[in-house]
Amino acid sequence: MSETVYGPVTDWATDFDHGSPAYAANQHKIWDDLKNSGCPIAHTERYGGTWLPLTHEMVHSIAYDTDHFSSEGPVVGQLKPSEVPDRIGAPIGPVPPISSDPPFHNEARRLLLPAFSPKMIDPWRDEVIEICNKLIDDMGDADHIDAALQYSQHIPVMVIARMLGLPVEDGDRFRGWVNLVLSGIGEERTEERMQKFMEFNEYLAYHVNDHKENPREDLISFLLNAEIFGEKLSLEHAVGTVILLLIAGIDTTWSGIGSSLWHLATNSVDRRRLVENPDMIPTAVEEFLRAYAPVTMARVVKEDMEFHGVQMKKEDWVLLPFPAANRDDKQFANAHEVVIDREENRHAAFGLGIHRCLGSNLARLEMNVAVEVFLQRFPDFSVDANEMVTWSTGQVRGPRTLPFVVNARA
Amino acid sequence: MRVHVDPSKCQGHNRCYALAPELFDVDDYGNAFELNDGVVPAGLEDKARLALANCPEFAISIEE
Repeated sequence: MSETVYGPVTDWATDFDHGSPAYAANQHKIWDDLKNSGCPIAHTERYGGTWLPLTHEMVHSIAYDTDHFSSEGPVVGQLKPSEVPDRIGAPIGPVPPISSDPPFHNEARRLLLPAFSPKMIDPWRDEVIEICNKLIDDMGDADHIDAALQYSQHIPVMVIARMLGLPVEDGDRFRGWVNLVLSGIGEERTEERMQKFMEFNEYLAYHVNDHKENPREDLISFLLNAEIFGEKLSLEHAVGTVILLLIAGIDTTWSGIGSSLWHLATNSVDRRRLVENPDMIPTAVEEFLRAYAPVTMARVVKEDMEFHGVQMKKEDWVLLPFPAANRDDKQFANAHEVVIDREENRHAAFGLGIHRCLGSNLARLEMNVAVEVFLQRFPDFSVDANEMVTWSTGQVRGPRTLPFVVNARA
Repeated sequence: MRVHVDPSKCQGHNRCYALAPELFDVDDYGNAFELNDGVVPAGLEDKARLALANCPEFAISIEE
């Protein structure tokens, strides 16, 4: 067992906890303070030993270096990958291809790329527009709304459920499992958590069997028939990929939409510019992706090694904080300012290298449509000063409640 | 002016195709390639530079 360290953080350079509410609330300041104090890579004994590199250069080089850093643990947990019972190890990992390493990774990813290519995703636009408008219709004429609970959290769930072939009305259950996997990383492996994991597995087993008996035109049926290296995917591989597509597609995009709306609720000049010039929205969305990138990934050190002057040990976790890379002033002019018409924007919100987010085209479509429709229907809105905006904890960051006052509707 | 996508660097972020569909296209896997042997028609030079400035993998090069 890894030694698990609980309790509040005493020093962010040597004892950080990226799963703590304090990190979620103050991460931009924490990164700046660390870098300004001459610590571009922080360490903690928590989670059995974890590194946090903060510069674009370091994040870029780790993402590219699949020889020394494995993807078999994309989410840091209390157990190291090798300690998890019955786990599928490298190069496949439990949720391929995000948990896979080359050369297996290339084949597992190639299978999925066509379904998420721009030309397959663009035709979903009308459906996403309809989903967004329906969610706003359902708010009635209330002046006080929650743009996370009533809007952003529903959009990706509805789309990915349809793509996979799972019941759209099970959205609440999917979100419960997403929280279990991604937000509860600092929690102990209690019986209640284990029970929820079991329910998730049983739910997937039921629907996978149903697809076996009644094949249809969706991604689950596609995966059940797909081949790799001339053979059908193993059931573990197919189910692992379903889990990945369900989990990875939901709270990431929900966070991206939520952070964009939060920015517009708190920056009236930017909001007015986009209301008056909706053709600026795609460029603004790229800037929201840069400034509020939701996702931090993780790698596992393959063998003891030196990296930028620190000694990494075999099986140490290494976080890839793409949001910190996106705020590196060596890479971006005015990195700490949100510039909604930023022309040069090589942000890494969807990762770098061979694990570039498979769903990035879908996420961009959903973010663009969600912002466009929200501004069309609510040209003026602000944060409700009497309520709290709350942010998620863990490797995916975004607002989980967004209490807004609607000041004008169209 | 000519543009070129290095296929060994492109990871399918799709920024060039979104910003300059006159100059770039994507294949069935979402990987980008330049149109018209990379020759940039007059008047589209800024779009070519914009695509280059938004490629997260530094996969695009321009020959002036």
